[in-house]
Amino acid sequence: MAKYDYVPSPFMSNPIVKWVDHRLPIFEMVDQQLIKYPAPRNLNYWWNFGSLAGVMLVVMILSGIFLAMNYQPSTVAAFDSVERIMRDVNYGWLLRYMHMNGASMFFVVVYIHIARGLYYGSYKAPREILWWLGLLIFLAMMATAFMGYVLPWGQMSFWGATVITNLFSAIPLVGKSIVTWLWGGFSVDNPTLNRFFALHYLLPFVIAGLVLLHLWALHVHGSNNPLGIDAKGPQDKIPFHPYYTVKDAFGLSVFLIIYAYFVFFNPYMLGDPDNWIPANPLVTPPHIVPEWYFLPFYAILRSVPDKLGGVTLMFGAIAILFVLPWLDTSRVRSGRFRPAFRVFFWLFMVVTVTLGWCGSQPPEGMALTIGQICTVLYFLHFLVFLPLLGWFERPLPLPASIAEPVLKSAAK
Amino acid sequence: MAQPGTSTLTTSPGGGRQHEDGTARRDFLYLSATAFGATGAVLTGWAFISSMNPSADVLALSSTEVNLSAMQPGQAITVVWRGKPVFVRYRTPEEIAKAKADDKADLRDPELDSKRVQKSQWLILVGVCTHLGCVPLGQKPTDPHGDFGGWFCPCHGSHYDTSGRIRKGPAPKNLEVPTYTFLNDTTIRIG
Ligand code: HEM
Ligand code: FES
Repeated sequence: MAKYDYVPSPFMSNPIVKWVDHRLPIFEMVDQQLIKYPAPRNLNYWWNFGSLAGVMLVVMILSGIFLAMNYQPSTVAAFDSVERIMRDVNYGWLLRYMHMNGASMFFVVVYIHIARGLYYGSYKAPREILWWLGLLIFLAMMATAFMGYVLPWGQMSFWGATVITNLFSAIPLVGKSIVTWLWGGFSVDNPTLNRFFALHYLLPFVIAGLVLLHLWALHVHGSNNPLGIDAKGPQDKIPFHPYYTVKDAFGLSVFLIIYAYFVFFNPYMLGDPDNWIPANPLVTPPHIVPEWYFLPFYAILRSVPDKLGGVTLMFGAIAILFVLPWLDTSRVRSGRFRPAFRVFFWLFMVVTVTLGWCGSQPPEGMALTIGQICTVLYFLHFLVFLPLLGWFERPLPLPASIAEPVLKSAAK
Repeated sequence: MAQPGTSTLTTSPGGGRQHEDGTARRDFLYLSATAFGATGAVLTGWAFISSMNPSADVLALSSTEVNLSAMQPGQAITVVWRGKPVFVRYRTPEEIAKAKADDKADLRDPELDSKRVQKSQWLILVGVCTHLGCVPLGQKPTDPHGDFGGWFCPCHGSHYDTSGRIRKGPAPKNLEVPTYTFLNDTTIRIG
C-alpha cells in the first residue's frame, strides 16, 4: 500500500522472505515503513527524539520486568525488597539505577520531542490526531511514572501517592467516594500499593500500543520538517535507511553517554533522599515535592489558593494542548518563518522552566508570586498570544520546496 | 458481522417477513440481542469496578478504642483509625476560650466550637489536612501551630485554629471530627 514509488530492497527477493510475505507481509511492511520509507531530506537533530523515546520505552519495559521478578508489592515487604534488589540481587543495583534514571531520561526526551513539535508547528493539519496520540502517550507516561514512584514505599512514595490521589477529592459531590475507590480503603495502604503495581506493569504496554497508532498516523502524511512545508516530490525525500538509521544511531550513542553518566556516576542526583525513609502514614515530610518532571504542573496547582481551582488549572494545563491545533491560527507551520512567534515560543520555554523551579520551592514569598505570574503567562500563551499572532504576524517568505534551500546551501 | 441497519434489512429480499410498517422481525432480534449483550457487559463491568472499593476485611477494621486517663491538660496524642492519624487533644481552658472567641471570627467553613466537641476539653479530629491529605503539624509543643494556635499543614500552608477549623491557606474545610462515643469518663471509641 505504499503511496510512493516503492522499489523493494534486494532482500525482498530471498525465497524465504517471499514465502513468509505471501502468508504474512511482515517483511514488506518493514521494508516499506522503515527501510525504503521516504523521509524529508532536511530533518535536523531535533527529529532524533522520537526514536530516542521509543528506545527508552524498551529500556523501561526490560529493566522493569526484571525488577518485578524480585519486587514484592506489599506494604510490609516492598521497601525491604527494593533494598534487597540493591544489595543482594546480582546486578540488581544496575537494573534499579537504569529504571530510576531511565524514567527521568524518558521525560527529558519526551519534553524535547514535544517542544520540537511546538516550535515547528507539527501539531497543525493534517497531523492533529498524531498530536493527540502523542499527548495520550504523555498522560499515560505520567500515570505510569507516578505509580512506579509509589512502589519502593518510601516516605515520598507514600505522601506523593496521598497528595496526588487526593487531587480527585476536589471533584464536587463524588470526589470523596472516588478517592476511597482509588485507594481501596480509607487511606493509601496495601490495596493501593497492589493495584498500583498491577497498573504500573500494564500501562507501559498500553503506551506501546499508543506508540504504534502514533507511528501509523505519522506514516500517513509523513514527518513534518524544519521548513514546515509539504514535500513536493521525490527530490524532497530520502530513504529512511541508511540516512536516518545512521543519524538516529549516532544520536542514540550520544544520548546513552549522558544516560550512563547518571546511572553509573550520579544515580541519586535526580532523586529525593526522603524516599530512603520507609513510608510512615503518621508523619508527613516537611517539604513534599514530586519528581522533577512533574514540577511545572505542581507549581500551577499550588499557585491557586483554592482547592478545586488549583486542580482544575493543573489538569487544564495539559488539556489545553489538545486544542492547540485550533488555538494557533497561523497557517505557517515552522517557527523559522515566524519572527514574532519565535519570541513568544522562547518566552514560553522560560515560563515552563521557571514554573519547574517554583514547584521545587516551598509555596511562599517570591517563589509563590513568580509561580502565579508564570501560571498566568502559561495560559495567556495558548489563549491569547497564539490566536492573535496568527492574525497580526507577517511571516517570512516560504521557500519553494524542501530541496531548494538544501541544494542552494550545498552549492555554496 | 451483519450491519444492523434498518433500511437495508427491510428492503433486502432475504430480510425475512416484514410488518406492514416496514420493520422486519430481524430488527427486533438485533435490537434485543444488542440490548442484552450491552446490559451484560455493563453489569460485569460494575463487578470489576466494585472490586476496587474497600473490601469486607478493610471495612471490618473500622473502630478504635482510646484510653484517656493518663493525659494531662495541654497534652495531645495521635492514634491510628482506619490507617489514618486521629488527633486527641486535652485542651487547656485558654485554648477553649480562644476557640469560643473565634466562633465570631470570619470562618471559611463556619461551625461553632460547641458543635465540634462532646466535652469541651476533649477535641478529637481526623489528623488529615482537608486540602490534599498531609498530616498537619501541631501535636507536639515544639511543632509550629500556625497563625491561629492550632495546627499548621506544611505541604501547602494551611492554618487551623484551636478548634481545628480552617482559617488560612488552600484547604477548603475544617479538620473532620470522626464519629466517637465516650464509653466512660476516660475511654472513647472512635468509629
Ligand atoms: C513507561 C515506562 C515506565 C516508567 C516511566 C516507569 C517508572 C518508574 C519509576 C519512576 C519507578 C520508581 C523508581 C524508584 O524511585 O525506585 C519505577 C519502579 C518500578 N517499576 Fe517502573 N516504569 C516503567 C515501566 C515498567 C515496567 C514495564 C515494569 C514491569 C513490571 C516496571 C516495574 C517496576 C518495578 C518492579 C518498580 C519498583 C522497583 C524500584 O523502585 O526500583 N516498570 N518505575
Ligand atoms: S495538604 Fe495540607 S495544605 Fe495541602
